[in-house]
Amino acid sequence: MLITIHSNSLLSLQENSVSLWCIGDFGNLSSDGGFEGDHQLLCDIKHHGDVMDLQFLDQERIVAASSTGCVTIFLHHPNNQTLSVSQEWVGAHYHIGPGSPSYRSAPCTGIVCNSPEIVTVGEDGRINLFRVDYKEAVRTIDNADSSTLHAVTFLRTPEILTVNSIGQLKIWDFRQQGNEPSQILSLTGDRVPLHCVDRHPNQQHVVATGGQDGMLSIWDVRQGSMPVSLLKAHEAEMWEVHFHPSNPDHLFTCSEDGSLWHWDASTEVPEKSSLFHQGGRNSTLLAHPSSNQLNVNQSLISSWLSTDPAKDRIEITSLLPNRTLSVNSLDVLGSCLLCGTDAEAIYVTRQLFS
Amino acid sequence: MLSKPEGPDRQFPSQPGSGAGSFVRREIWGPGVCGGPRTPGACVDQTGNMEELDGEPTLTLIPGVNSKKRQMCFDWGPGEMLVCETLFKKKEKEEKMLGCPFIYIVRKDIDVYSRILRKLFNESHGIFVGLQRIEEESTGKSRKAQLVRVSKNYRSVIRACMEEMHQVAIAAQDPVSGRQYSSQVSILSAMELIWNLCEILFIEVAPAGPLLLHLLDWVRLHVCEMDALSADVLGSENPNKHENFWNLATLFVLQGRLDEARQMLSKEADANPASASMCRVLGDLMRTMPILSPGNTQTLTELELKWQHWHEECERHLQDGTFASNPHLESLCKIMLGDDSALLEQKELLSNWYHFLVTRLLYSHPTVKPIELHFYAQSSLDLFLGGDSSPEPLDNILMAAFEFDIHQVIKECSIALSNWWFVAHLTDLLDHCKLLHSHNLYFGSNMREFLLLEYASGLFAHHSLWQLGVDYFDHCPELGRVYLELHIERIPLNTEQKALKILRICERRQMTEQVRSICKILAMKAVCNNRLGSALSWSIRAKDAAFATLVSDRFLKDYCERGSFSDLDLIDNLGAAMMLSDRLTFLGKYREFHRLYGEKRFADAASLLLSLMTSQIAPRSFWMTLLTDALPLLEQKQVIFSAEQTYELMQCLEDLTIGRTESRDLEGQRLQDDDIETTKVEMLRLALARNLARAIVKEGTLEGS
Repeated sequence: MLITIHSNSLLSLQENSVSLWCIGDFGNLSSDGGFEGDHQLLCDIKHHGDVMDLQFLDQERIVAASSTGCVTIFLHHPNNQTLSVSQEWVGAHYHIGPGSPSYRSAPCTGIVCNSPEIVTVGEDGRINLFRVDYKEAVRTIDNADSSTLHAVTFLRTPEILTVNSIGQLKIWDFRQQGNEPSQILSLTGDRVPLHCVDRHPNQQHVVATGGQDGMLSIWDVRQGSMPVSLLKAHEAEMWEVHFHPSNPDHLFTCSEDGSLWHWDASTEVPEKSSLFHQGGRNSTLLAHPSSNQLNVNQSLISSWLSTDPAKDRIEITSLLPNRTLSVNSLDVLGSCLLCGTDAEAIYVTRQLFS
Repeated sequence: MLSKPEGPDRQFPSQPGSGAGSFVRREIWGPGVCGGPRTPGACVDQTGNMEELDGEPTLTLIPGVNSKKRQMCFDWGPGEMLVCETLFKKKEKEEKMLGCPFIYIVRKDIDVYSRILRKLFNESHGIFVGLQRIEEESTGKSRKAQLVRVSKNYRSVIRACMEEMHQVAIAAQDPVSGRQYSSQVSILSAMELIWNLCEILFIEVAPAGPLLLHLLDWVRLHVCEMDALSADVLGSENPNKHENFWNLATLFVLQGRLDEARQMLSKEADANPASASMCRVLGDLMRTMPILSPGNTQTLTELELKWQHWHEECERHLQDGTFASNPHLESLCKIMLGDDSALLEQKELLSNWYHFLVTRLLYSHPTVKPIELHFYAQSSLDLFLGGDSSPEPLDNILMAAFEFDIHQVIKECSIALSNWWFVAHLTDLLDHCKLLHSHNLYFGSNMREFLLLEYASGLFAHHSLWQLGVDYFDHCPELGRVYLELHIERIPLNTEQKALKILRICERRQMTEQVRSICKILAMKAVCNNRLGSALSWSIRAKDAAFATLVSDRFLKDYCERGSFSDLDLIDNLGAAMMLSDRLTFLGKYREFHRLYGEKRFADAASLLLSLMTSQIAPRSFWMTLLTDALPLLEQKQVIFSAEQTYELMQCLEDLTIGRTESRDLEGQRLQDDDIETTKVEMLRLALARNLARAIVKEGTLEGS
């Protein structure tokens, strides 16, 4: 089950369909018919193959990655609440059998959109750059990776970041020809697969990845080929990691072990954090979130990159009480957090910072 | 949809270590066994030996299969069955019949595929897992309270599904699916009814007194026409004139909702001053009826005494003809006296025998003991049906519950209901109440485990619900592991993400054999897709040396053909995994040689190259390539190979050529190849000789100086 948030609606997957939901009460865009705090299925459309990744391209278009190797753009018509296929790249990802030119579809594992550009990666180790309204891929890097590419994200405009199943983080520059990455960063030795990647929204060199062993790695892609910090996190595969888009000292991760964690690196001063931790909901502390944030922005050295464990404490809160099945996907916007689980449920947290 | 088995079939997963081949029982049935003249076109899900048969199983025709003309064969799979036609030659008819192009997949458990019921399965999975975690230590009151709460959670999930199904049934456009949904609603409603009764009798174990209160709640909850009727009548402009006014009043009395009944009487009194006094008297009787309230400390004997007095007073009023002038009021009074014939007059309103039973108990035996229940239940059923109709499955199930025969309840439910969800969860809950320990089956494990295994196997047939099944298998101590092992290997691996989830499940349970086999499948898939890097990663994960060797050979072959390595990002980062197989070690080391050479570290490169041959890591077939690789090193300006190393190289070359000449004598062909080979050997010999000369000179000079 995959989710992505966009303004006041959310998307989910159920039995191979893409559904558009409205969860009502957040944002000032009031939806017609949705009550306060009520969720409502707006529309859905059949999807061929498993939905591997899902992202909003813009206000009304949604891009879906399929296990059949197909990449589809769905268009939402708000007037009559329907979804339709607006564009499709069939066979964006495929395997070529040995010897013969027989093509077999390969699952597309990840997409990232920056309208009008869409980058897709797949189990075939291929990277595609699509542009909306162009029939063919604008750029394809065949054999970009010898193993499966699990996720992709934009670094700076012509550059992307991919993570693969042998624990490598690769930076690709679309300005360069050839199928060599401009930089390879990797964890030491063990080749633990990386499953997800996200870039700090303001500090573009700060990157977070999550791996098969549930470790959270923070990288500074400007320097070194090793992660700045490795944080022991979940007990199983970390499926997704997201910085909060407007409050990037907060990070969210979810995992196969059924947990969803909130990492808070904003509590800089130990005294403060300990106060906060004792559960004394200190009004003075909570009343000045803006000043706190200001503090962080002033010290531009990202709180994520600091290597001094005494100075910085990252607070971790578990957001799901009784975990059983895997949390596959999460997305966060404003004070709202969504996650989708293998128990075929979507959890909505509306008051994230209260 | 096939009829469900009641017997101990499905023997296949119960043989641990029997391997993949024996899981699916391969049986091709000749003509006459399946599709014979007696049961044309029917396949019954009924194999194995059965000790007893509870009624004739229903036959279900598979649509589209005409076995009058053709022979059928079938094959079991987990939760599914394949049916297809065979072409056995018949002796009398030699003409060739056109084969049917279809293979049918017959699914046993269609409920798994219902969109709404999926919520039931998902939600109840969470409750089930929670229930298994309730510690054994907690005893007495707290444990019972926990179990009752779990039971209520299950029921609320059934209710939620029922309500959603009801909405869908109303909204359904075509009548066929509307009917289907409605029948599902009634099934869910029956499930909840049975579950609720079992909760009262087996889990709550209410004693005399509170027992009746629980039963009243039970009846009130399940006679839902009441609310609509009440809204209709009381919402009307003039309730007293409503045609159903007295029906509603009677229903209130029948359900023991006497406060509401009194309010209706006061309405009647306001509207009809003539009957006002009668209404007041009856209202007073209703008000003074002694009932056991939860907070009250009075004993049962006190209650019985009070109740007896009240009953006599009612009796007196009836004798005195207080209500003689108003038949409605008189009938209400008779009901309150528990008069059987007066109650049976209200058959329509009571709608079923268990409602009749509870009303009867309320007004004639308010302190009924649990052990007396079955007696009243049986007589109520007999009276209510009055010989007009025979009891239906639901009646039998409820009756079995009133008789406290848990096993009969579960058995009847297994036969009557269309899926295993209900019996599996109910049995598990009752097992946690320690009610089933004495019952062991003569096959498999105990009943709880048998039902859970069946249910979970059904889930495993579904493309996304299979994950729920894992936890059910985990809580089957005896055969769960074997079932899981056999099922998990058979999940289609369409994406790597799914494969990773499966691997995680296996690794958590130390199922190394399954991990190996799944990794091997993935590695093989990758090889078929020409993704050697992926294939190597998977075989490393599986610690599969043989496969790693195979993939390494492919890499080396590709290198020989193209002259360059592919997938360097992986090969350069093998680390300790390189030791998995000799060939993989060679691949890694050989690549290292190329890197050293590229970095112009010739001495290191040369000794690595030599050690690859002398340590026998390099396969013989690759020696010529390695020696050819040595050529440019031999031709360098400075001397790289020492005299000793050169001797060793020469030894390698001679070993190789001796082997070759022997094999050539045998084959005596491939002359063209031999020519090139001979040239190569000659060149190598020359280069080695020259290098040896230079090395001896150089070494002599160094020593001498």
